[in-house]
Order: sequence, then C-alpha cells, then structure tokens
Amino acid sequence: MTYLTKLSAAALSELLVSKQVSAVEATSAHLDHITAVDTDLHAFLHVAGEAALATAAQIDARRAAGEVLNPLAGVPIAIKDVLATQDMPTTAGSKILEGWVPPYDATVVARLRAAGLVPLGKTNMDEFAMGSSTEHSAYGITRNPWDRDRIPGGSGGGSAAAVASFQAPLALGSDTGGSIRQPAAVTGSVGVKPTYGGVSRYGAIALASSLDQVGPVSRTVYDAALLHDVIGGHDPLDSTSLTDSWPSMAAAARDGLKDGALTGVRIGVIKELSGDGFQAGVTQRFNETLALLVAAGAEIIEVSAPNFEYAVAAYYLILPAEASSNLARFDSVRFGIRVNPESGSLTSEHVMSATREAGFGPEVKRRIILGTYALSAGYYDAYYGSAQKVRTLIQRDFAAAFGQVDVLMSPSAPTTAFKFGEKLADPMAMYINDVTTIPANLAGVPGMSIPIGLAPEDGLPVGLQIMAPAKADARLYTVGAAIEQLLEASWGHTMLSQAPALTPTEMFASEEGAV
Amino acid sequence: MKAELMDFDKALELFEPVLGFEVHVELNTKTKMFCGCANEFGSGANTNTCPTCLGLPGGLPQVNKKALESSIRLGLALGCEIAEHSRFARKNYFYPDTAKNFQTSQYDDPICHDGSITIELESGRLVTVEIERAHMEDDAGKLTHMGGATGRIQGADYSLVDYNRGGVPLVEIVTQMIEGAEHDAPEIGKTYVAAIREIAKALGVSNARMEEGNVRCDANVSLRPRGSNVLGTRTETKNVNSLRSVERAVRYEIQRQAAVLSGGGTITQETRHWHEDTGITSAGRPKSDADDYRYFPEPDLLPMAPSREWVEELRLTLPEPPAARRKRLQAAWGFVNLEFQDVVNSDLLDAVEATVAAGASAQASRKWWTGEIARLANVAGVAADSLVTPVQLAALIALVEAGSLTDRLARQVLEGVIAGEGTPAEVIESRGLAVVSDDGALIAAIDAALLGQPDVLVKIRDGKVQAAGAVIGAVMKAMRGQADAARVRELVLERAAAIE
Repeated sequence: MTYLTKLSAAALSELLVSKQVSAVEATSAHLDHITAVDTDLHAFLHVAGEAALATAAQIDARRAAGEVLNPLAGVPIAIKDVLATQDMPTTAGSKILEGWVPPYDATVVARLRAAGLVPLGKTNMDEFAMGSSTEHSAYGITRNPWDRDRIPGGSGGGSAAAVASFQAPLALGSDTGGSIRQPAAVTGSVGVKPTYGGVSRYGAIALASSLDQVGPVSRTVYDAALLHDVIGGHDPLDSTSLTDSWPSMAAAARDGLKDGALTGVRIGVIKELSGDGFQAGVTQRFNETLALLVAAGAEIIEVSAPNFEYAVAAYYLILPAEASSNLARFDSVRFGIRVNPESGSLTSEHVMSATREAGFGPEVKRRIILGTYALSAGYYDAYYGSAQKVRTLIQRDFAAAFGQVDVLMSPSAPTTAFKFGEKLADPMAMYINDVTTIPANLAGVPGMSIPIGLAPEDGLPVGLQIMAPAKADARLYTVGAAIEQLLEASWGHTMLSQAPALTPTEMFASEEGAV
Repeated sequence: MKAELMDFDKALELFEPVLGFEVHVELNTKTKMFCGCANEFGSGANTNTCPTCLGLPGGLPQVNKKALESSIRLGLALGCEIAEHSRFARKNYFYPDTAKNFQTSQYDDPICHDGSITIELESGRLVTVEIERAHMEDDAGKLTHMGGATGRIQGADYSLVDYNRGGVPLVEIVTQMIEGAEHDAPEIGKTYVAAIREIAKALGVSNARMEEGNVRCDANVSLRPRGSNVLGTRTETKNVNSLRSVERAVRYEIQRQAAVLSGGGTITQETRHWHEDTGITSAGRPKSDADDYRYFPEPDLLPMAPSREWVEELRLTLPEPPAARRKRLQAAWGFVNLEFQDVVNSDLLDAVEATVAAGASAQASRKWWTGEIARLANVAGVAADSLVTPVQLAALIALVEAGSLTDRLARQVLEGVIAGEGTPAEVIESRGLAVVSDDGALIAAIDAALLGQPDVLVKIRDGKVQAAGAVIGAVMKAMRGQADAARVRELVLERAAAIE
C-alpha cells in the first residue's frame, strides 16, 4: 500500500472517487509512513492517527452512500501548527502554547474539513513563524529529506518536509516573508503564497498581520491549485479578506498543460535578485529554466526593481513591530502555560513577565524587543514610518514591472538548504536568506515556488519563484504548471522521485509518531 | 489622607482653572465592537465571549457597522466633522482586563473631529465647549479583586476577570482645553457631561445610564496663577460616574491644587481616583505626555471611508438637539423654571410630551408624572414611565377634567391601571368608582345629614357657611367618596335654605 503515499493528491483523488482505494486505506498508508520515517525527520509535532482514521471512515461511508463529495475528500493533509485546530494542540512551535487546544478551528481548517480532507496532524515550524530553518522551534529541528544534516527551510519546514518525504500529499503553510516558498524550494516541493487577502487569516496565529498569508504546500502545481480552491475566497471573519470572486486555480493549472501555454508570455527577470550572494548552482538552474521558457515561446525581459534593495531592512522593522503587538496576548491569563516568578510577589505583572521569559525563545524575544523599540515614541517615524514608505516604493516597483511583463521570476532562495547551525549564530545571515521572497509579502502580490532541478555542486533542490500581480494568482498556476510540465519532460521524471530513500525507523517509532 | 484644601473663592482669586474632559459613551449596539458577541449587561461571567474578544491566538476583529453609524451620528450631534478617511490604531499596554494587551482605538485619524456644543448654566451663562475629537474604541473587561478587605487591588489575594464587557463599543469624546470657566468650573463639568449624556440618549445610541457606567467621565484640571500665561500641570481624575461627582471632583481638585501650589508645592502629572464616599481624589499612577502606548495603525482592519452620502443620510436622522427641544417645550407648556426642571431632572420630558400629545393639559400631565406616578415608581423601585403609558394617563386626566372622577378616585383608578386591570374606563367599570353625579341621590343624602344635625343647619342658615364642612363630610362618607365635593357643597347650601 505504500505506493499510495507516492501519488499526487490529484491521482489519489481519482482512485478515491472511483472507489478503487478507500480513504481509510489512503490515510493508513500515510500514517504508516509517518510512523516509519518521522521519528527521524520530525516534520510533525502532533499526529492525530485515530481521528484521521475516523474522519477517513466517515468519508468512505458518505461516498459509499452515493454522496457527491469534493474531489479531495479522503485525501490526507498536514497542517502547520500556526493554524488553530479544535481537536489538536496548536502551539505555533512555542513553549508558551504547550498543550493548548483551541476552542475553534481556523477558517482554512474548517474549509478543509468541510471538503472532506483528512487532517493527519500538525507540522513543525520556527517559533511563531520566526525563522528560515525551523531551527527556532521549541520542539526540536526538522530534517530535510534530501540531506538529513540540513535544514528544511522555515518557518514552514515541517509542512515542506512532510510533503517532500511523502508523509502527506498536501499541507497548509503560512508565508510572512517566504515561509511557504523557501521551504518548498529547499525541499523540492511546491509552495504558494496567495495574494494578500485571498485566503482567510482567521485562526492563523498572527506573526505580522499585514504580511501573513496562508497557502498550499504540495508536490505538484495542480495539487496546490486544488487545495487553493478549497481554502481560498472571502471570509467575513477576516476584515482584510478580499471580496472578489476567484477563478478556479485548478482550471488555471490545467490551462498550463495545453500546447502553447507559454507562447508570448512576457517573463520579467528581476535584475536585483541575481548575482552576488546567489549560489552558482542556483543561478545555473535558474538560467537553464529561462532558456527552456524561451524555447517554449516565452519572452524574457530584464526588469529593475530598484527599491528591493531596502526590502529586507523594511521587513525587519514592520514584522517585529506588528509581532511585538500580536504577541502581547501571550500573558498566561487566558490560555497557554503559566510560570510563577521564583521570587517576589505574584502580581499579574510579575507572572506575565516570568511566563513570557520562560515561554518565548530567544528569536521571539529578539523580535519583540526590536519591534517594541521601532514603535516607541520618538523612533516611530524613523523606523516604522520609513519602513512603510519603503513598502510603498516596493509596491511601485512591482506596478512598474507588471506594466511590462505578465509574471516576474527569480530564484526562490539565494542558496540551497544550508546545514543546521550554519546561520543560527548570525541572525542577519538568516534574515538575508529571505531577500528573494520578502518583496512579494511587502507588496501583497502572490508568489509560487516550484522545483527546477538540483544544484550541481551539492545535489540539493533549487526553486524557481514566480510572482504575479495582486489577484492574478491564477496566472501563477498556469505558468507554473506549464514550466513543471516542461521540466519533467526534459528530465524524464519528477523532482521528488530523485530524493534519497529515507532510513526506516519503524523499530523506534511509537504509535502516535514523533512528539 | 484627606489633602489640605483651600477655600474655593480664595483659590479662584489666586488661580485660573483650566479644564478638559474625556467622556466615554458606551454604545448600545446589539453586538460588540469587533465581534458578534452580545453587548449585554448582567450576563454570566465570560459568557459573551469568543476567540476575538478573548484575545485568543488567531482571533481577528471585524468592525461593527452599527457602532460606526452610532459614532458618526454622535459626532454629527456634537457638531463634528466626519473624517473622510479614518482608521483604527493599537494602543499597546499590558493589563489583565485587556485581552489582547492592546486596546483597539483610534489615534491619528479619529472618525469625528472639530465639533462644539454650547451649554447653558443655571445663571443663564452660555459656555461653548470645543470638541477636539470623538473616536471609537473597545472597552476592557472587568476585574474583581478578591480576598482583600476593601475590594481594591491593594491587599487582594487574587482577581477575577470577566471579559463580557471586553470589546463593547465606546466612543471617547475629548474636549479642547476649556479656559475662562472661573467660578463656574464645577458646574461646567457637570453641565457638559449632562449634555453629552442627554445627546447620546436622545440619539438612542447609548442607554446613557451613568450608574451602569454607560457614560464615564475623566476630568482634567490644572491651575494657572493669575497673571501668568503658562499652563499649570494637570491631573486627570478617572471614572467619575455621576453628574454630582463631576462637579464635586472638579471643585475638589481646584481646592486641592490651589493649596499645594500656594504652599510652594508642585502638582504631579498623574491620574487620580475619585472616591464617591469620601468626596476626595487620591493619586493613581503617574502619567506623562511621554506615556508610550506605541500606537500604530491596526493592520487587521481596513481604513474606513464613510461616504459623504451616508453621512448626510445620517445627519437627517438626528433628533432636535436636546437643549433646543427643552426651550421649545418649556415655552409651549408655559412651565416656570422650577416646574420644568422638576420634569427634566425626573427624566420625564418624553413622558410629559407624549401625554400632552395624547390630549392632556401640560400642567395636569406634569402634576401626575412628577407627583403620584413618581411616588409609586419610587416605592416600587422602577422608572415612572414604566408604570403607565402616556395614553392611559391622558385618558385618566380627561375623566378628572370632565368631572367623572375626583382626584382621590383617579388615584384609585391609576392603581388599577398599574395593576394591569385595563384602561381607566375599564377600571372604573370593574371597581365601580365613578363619581355619583345624580343630584337626586345626593340631595337625599344631604337632607338626611342636615336633619340629623339640626344645630349645624341653624348655623348654616345663620350664615356660618364653614359649618357646612361637617355635613359635606357626612355626605361624602355616605357616598363612599364617590361624589364631587364641590357639587356637594353647592347642594348643601341650597338645601339648607330650602329645607323645612
């Protein structure tokens, strides 16, 4: 039955719809595989095996009764631990929320359940989504399936690793500055950050409200599109949710498979996201992909985005500022852990302080301090105010570029997966890794990462980032699916079929998987 | 710890008081400011809560459109400009009654700004209070301090938090500095807050009950030495919750600050607590202009741009300004000031107006509402206008004026109406309370009474008219009160002359 884990969500869906495979079989196969590999990889913080099987059995019963379900009904999915789930602990990778089970589901989770997808569990992440390596999780690292000594990206390393290691065909991520796209790039999977407002944030534990966006993680562009169609669309509970009606992303992805899908497509290559700081193998695969696109009839145009230079600096003012306020609610009064001070009186102030001291990790504290400072009277204009101006300039850069081209492209990340500990001591080195992905968040435009090959020097996955104008998410799926098809045709196989076999660890695994 | 106070007149001789008020008006929307929870007073603790107003991870706000509408109407009634672009901001501070540890308020771009209202003092002096802004925000939860002797946080063992009030919509109305108040400063405070309360009530945007905290006043007071043009340091006395207390608190702060300054001391810029029982203020936390709430625009909410058309539609819904209405009604009813104030202070303006509209005379309406009905309401501990409807009262008054009921009978009918026995006519019918207007029956009773008291008859015939009282009493008793005493008197005098 393990072949079931190798299938795309779309392929598995076909077997489920035609009743060749039951949802219980599909779910069991994935749970077995989690048991086999995740003690070592640690993509999951929580595996809800029994609940998943019960959900799968319900789907089977409904399907047997002749009910017409969403095509993805019965397909397993992993959920990033930043999303509230009322039947599973939700920690956002932080000790301060250890064991907290929310009394409600995030809107995207409710939509998954309504569509009949089967939640397998919650995936590891950098604490409160602060990081690019998942090393900042309070619950330990997640290993990259391509090289177990390397990071799976972050903050959504768990979701990307789960999908790349066939523990789930689909996962949900959240992307504030690249937390879906960069892990997708370094694990050879597909990740999409939708247009800001395209997917509800209600129930997504906020890092930076004006940047956060929930999105799909998968192994194929089409799978991401199917999931996007399930989770997207207006939610009255999120005031920043767009009220637009959206085209089918799945239909857009199918359009990309048609002959001539890339003919006449104007592709902008951002001058500022290349050159120094980009690993040679990354640049090489990127340029090879562009050559394939030209051969397929696309037009490559170099565009300049002069203000991208300031994006990382602006991002690291806006993000900590919003985060410092968003994380204020973690105070031990209503939920989460409570820590009493070792000495002194038990005033609310002392208990809050002791709880936050014990409950937050160093990266979270660093950003709260940065953000508190940036918002302080007398500094606000120089820091937060200037950063917002940069944000406007970056939006103008995008507008100017999209005046000339249909989509923009860059490598998804400057490098392939780095080794554990490599950038942990130098926050700036970690931050600069997001230089490629941050501009899309600052401007609210959608971005996608798809795998485009392995870097010759280290044999690790390289990702291509595609960006489209706000609300033109469908364009990403058309172009992305077309490129994916071109690349796979040129390779003769899918990217993830080349990932090294994982060491079985059944003999050590517990029933519930890794904790 | 009662502070040293300077005589009020002496304080005013030496200093000029400068005032400022921040009045919080709690809106009476069905749901809270940023979520769908009920905005309801008196529910079980923490029952009106959800992930958003509890500040749970992942909760997000949605603006209550009705609250926005109420805020705009309140702003329009205060003569404010309504901002074309307005947005919320986060006011960051840690406190357990604030679920998110920030208040969602407004900072740079309040919904209403630059208004004014003119208030009239008892002396007839008109004072125009300039409104700097009126902005929207959410209320905090309620802390109950347990285990201490005083119920205050000092000495408490622990505190309970009820977040039912957390997220309830508030409009905070901030005045410009009020200069030139002079001896009227305390009265200006009281009258201003009363005016805001009255406007909110007239608009129907708030229940406007100060005793339930629907209207709360923070009073800023500073003193400037005569001849100086430099402002003194101000104190902010928080949560003054009755009109009388506003007056007392302002007076107290003027007297206290004058004593401190005259003694060579300095005023600390701080918040102060008002103590209703002892009538004093005490120091709270120090407050400086550099108090850093790290305001920034609320990223979870979109900026608001209320259309000009909508604002103008809302302007058309504004009721007559309460002050103008009072002037109009007093003139129409011909009440002297005392009579009119009695009605206003008893909160019976609407009731009297409706009773007059139902056909009763203004004076009779006033007398009944502020007299017998108010007395019964007071006994029952309810609002007078909850006992009887203006239409019922007008019917009762009409019956009295037609001579069908005496005042005494009318009071019995009123009791019946209040007891739910029906309309005045139905009560008269069922209780058999109508005045005996059959002269034949009266004459028989009068003759019997006169013949029973021949000495009285003689006195009356001798012109000692006051002696008739004894006969009238006997007749009224025989009629069990159901006779018009004036008519009985007339007939007694007639029969005394005519009788053999």
